[in-house]
Amino acid sequence: MSLLDVQGLTIRYGDETVVDGVNLFVDRGESVGLVGESGSGKSQSALAILGLLPRQAVASGSIEFDGQQILGASDSVLNALRARRIGIVFQDPMQALNPYLRIGAQLRQIPLTHDLCDKAEVDARVVEMLASVGLPDPERQFRAYPHELSGGMRQRVMLASALIAEPDLLIADEPTTALDVTVQAQILDLLEDVRDNTALLLITHDLGIVAGHCEHTIVLDRGRLVEQGPTTSVFAAPSHAHTRALLAAAPRVDRGEVPEAVTSSTILSVGDAVVDYRDLQAVSKVSFSVKRGETVAVVGESGSGKSSLVRAMLGLVPMASGRVVYAGSTLEGPVEDRAQSQRRDLQLVFQDPVSALNPQMRVQTLVGEPLLVHEPQLSAAARAERVAGMLERVGLSRKFLRRFPHELSGGQAQRVAIARALILGPRVLVCDEAVAALDGSVRKQVLNVLRDVQADTGLSIIFISHDLAVVRSISHRVLVMYLGRLVEMADSETLFAAPKHPYTRALLDSVPVPDPVAMPKRAPLRGEVPSPVNPPSGCVFHPRCAKADARCESKAPALRDVERTRVACHYPNA
Amino acid sequence: MSGNRSIRVTAGILLAVAIAALVGPWISPHDYATTNLENTLSAPALSNMHLFGTDDLGRDLFVRTMLGIRVTLLVAIVASLVSLVIGVTYGAIAGFVGGRLDAAMMRFVDTLYALPFIFFVILLMVAFERNFLLIFVAIGAINWLDMARIVRGQTLSLREREFVEAARLTGVSTLRIVFRHIAPNLVGIVVVYVTLTIPQAILVESFLSFLGLGIQEPQTSLGALVDAGVKHMEGASWSLLIPATLLALILLCFNFLGDGLRDFFDARHPS
Repeated sequence: MSLLDVQGLTIRYGDETVVDGVNLFVDRGESVGLVGESGSGKSQSALAILGLLPRQAVASGSIEFDGQQILGASDSVLNALRARRIGIVFQDPMQALNPYLRIGAQLRQIPLTHDLCDKAEVDARVVEMLASVGLPDPERQFRAYPHELSGGMRQRVMLASALIAEPDLLIADEPTTALDVTVQAQILDLLEDVRDNTALLLITHDLGIVAGHCEHTIVLDRGRLVEQGPTTSVFAAPSHAHTRALLAAAPRVDRGEVPEAVTSSTILSVGDAVVDYRDLQAVSKVSFSVKRGETVAVVGESGSGKSSLVRAMLGLVPMASGRVVYAGSTLEGPVEDRAQSQRRDLQLVFQDPVSALNPQMRVQTLVGEPLLVHEPQLSAAARAERVAGMLERVGLSRKFLRRFPHELSGGQAQRVAIARALILGPRVLVCDEAVAALDGSVRKQVLNVLRDVQADTGLSIIFISHDLAVVRSISHRVLVMYLGRLVEMADSETLFAAPKHPYTRALLDSVPVPDPVAMPKRAPLRGEVPSPVNPPSGCVFHPRCAKADARCESKAPALRDVERTRVACHYPNA
Repeated sequence: MSGNRSIRVTAGILLAVAIAALVGPWISPHDYATTNLENTLSAPALSNMHLFGTDDLGRDLFVRTMLGIRVTLLVAIVASLVSLVIGVTYGAIAGFVGGRLDAAMMRFVDTLYALPFIFFVILLMVAFERNFLLIFVAIGAINWLDMARIVRGQTLSLREREFVEAARLTGVSTLRIVFRHIAPNLVGIVVVYVTLTIPQAILVESFLSFLGLGIQEPQTSLGALVDAGVKHMEGASWSLLIPATLLALILLCFNFLGDGLRDFFDARHPS
């Protein structure tokens, strides 16, 4: 008998069916991956198993846990199961932890509620659990409040709370989506190490995570189960078209074509850029240039200063020192002080299209506004024509013209934002995590739009991203930043084939690969990004570097050319 | 009650009350100021057309109540307009310009907050005779502080939003950013806040009138009528109950209208 046996699970909201006849089972100790894009019903299924569906949802079918029917069971029955026999880890640990309770106080509740140990022993049990999920100094974290911990540490606490009662099943719903890729690798490995005999139901949109961490794979598409089987066979020989489409849309960091280096002239260069916020330096003396028709990627974990760098370049935040030269002329001061011609040539696409589009304006006005400013002589009809043409360019039909942003899906909204940025025919487009929030298939479409526009118009793109697999597929050159410093810069071909800086190597190793056979050897990075308020001495990367020695601790390495790479490391080939 | 329905119902009631207050005195055979000492404190009756009875001077309470509603609504609306104009302008400037100007403007607001305003208003009333205009100014002066703070906070957060950055990058002028990008996103919260300010203004006016510091006889307001009614609570309960009920109804309707509008704006643009 399976531990969890779900038969014909159907969930409806009014007339809308979000989960449609899903059958799945999880055996004791087994790890099962539930993958699908947004709207596939994967999270809804998990909520149904936990009995946490909102009141207006109507669920039918059968969910048996260890032989007991739990679909529609009373709260008292479910409360006896939840946390005790079924543990749960959500995507956002900040929302799952009570900000007013110390970590220890929250974790104590679980063993005490379920009478798992004596009051006298419970604190020791919690500290032991915190130690086992790799929290440094667990006694101190026991007394800490959630806001005092980093995102990765909070997710470790969540994992500790999910596992403290030694449940039979652990449900993890996108547990690493909000984390940096290096921390994601740590948490996923930890998940493997600490769960012992606990079965795992891992819900994710990332095929790479399933390939690396699950024995069994289930693929959902628009509420229907389309494929399931052992992970190796699902990935080796997918039988359903949707699985094949998902796999095709998942970029790989370890193989595939890399765009060839561009040899045209330089259009934009940034020299010794420094960005200071109150008590910290977000960007320290970074120099780089972009050629015509080239895509330059800027990668790094959160806090690496990649967004601050381009924002200062665009004049959205002040640059403490340094210079920006665009097409022979210097760009200075805030964006309002720059010439209109310079403003129209440099455009930005944000990560979250919903906040980048004025909620009170229709698509027509949003995309047409730049024309209104820069080409006021245009008649309304001519402007509307240009807007419709631009929308078509990004793959949206005329029917979207009258829509408001809240009537668009994430991918449609991002394409509207791109249309708005492109309508003036800029020379340089900055994409700040522009595809990070999109599903695989939509991301592929958006990337294709960017590639096509680049091929047609010679657009230069600065592509900020934390996702190296996407970067590999689109960029000609890559800049790697760490704690506000440029640590490595090379052509994509060189960088992906032979990374020189240990940080770059660790980043590449941390990216999950959607292939259970070709899993690369992983050397996960220790710890997390230190606070930029008080950066480490010498090479800022040395506390996390396996190769660091006394020299790295005392002396900061300068950027220098090693073969075809510019790198800041004392031991670039070690 | 869903947002839309509560807006329709409460707006309907308020409109009906306002129309009655406008038309009522005009069709009634009685006058608001004529006294009749032979018919004081009479109960409501259809026969002599004293629909709400008479007061201790024999004046028709129906006409006086309708007049009171007029004055009360007028005070509320004018005071809210004062707070709307001053508060929104002040708050929007502070929020959009930011920096030192913002800090200076907001410290001024803080200073005004620290004054015991009711006491201040009472002093004004005593010093300058009871003046109809002064009531408007006094109540508006209390309410614009809250409005300025709310608008300033909202503007401050809107200014940092990415769509404003996108507009700046595109070369959109500051004026257009303020009027096309920031102002439309303020409308929701301002409308809601105004409907919540109105009952506050009504209450302050009623409070002042109740203390005898508001409207001057023979003019009247709902607050003044309640004050007069309290004196004859025993024996002529209608003289208290009718204006008090109408006052409560108007306050309730404005509060519900504010709630409804808030839901209405929330549902359309979930943030």
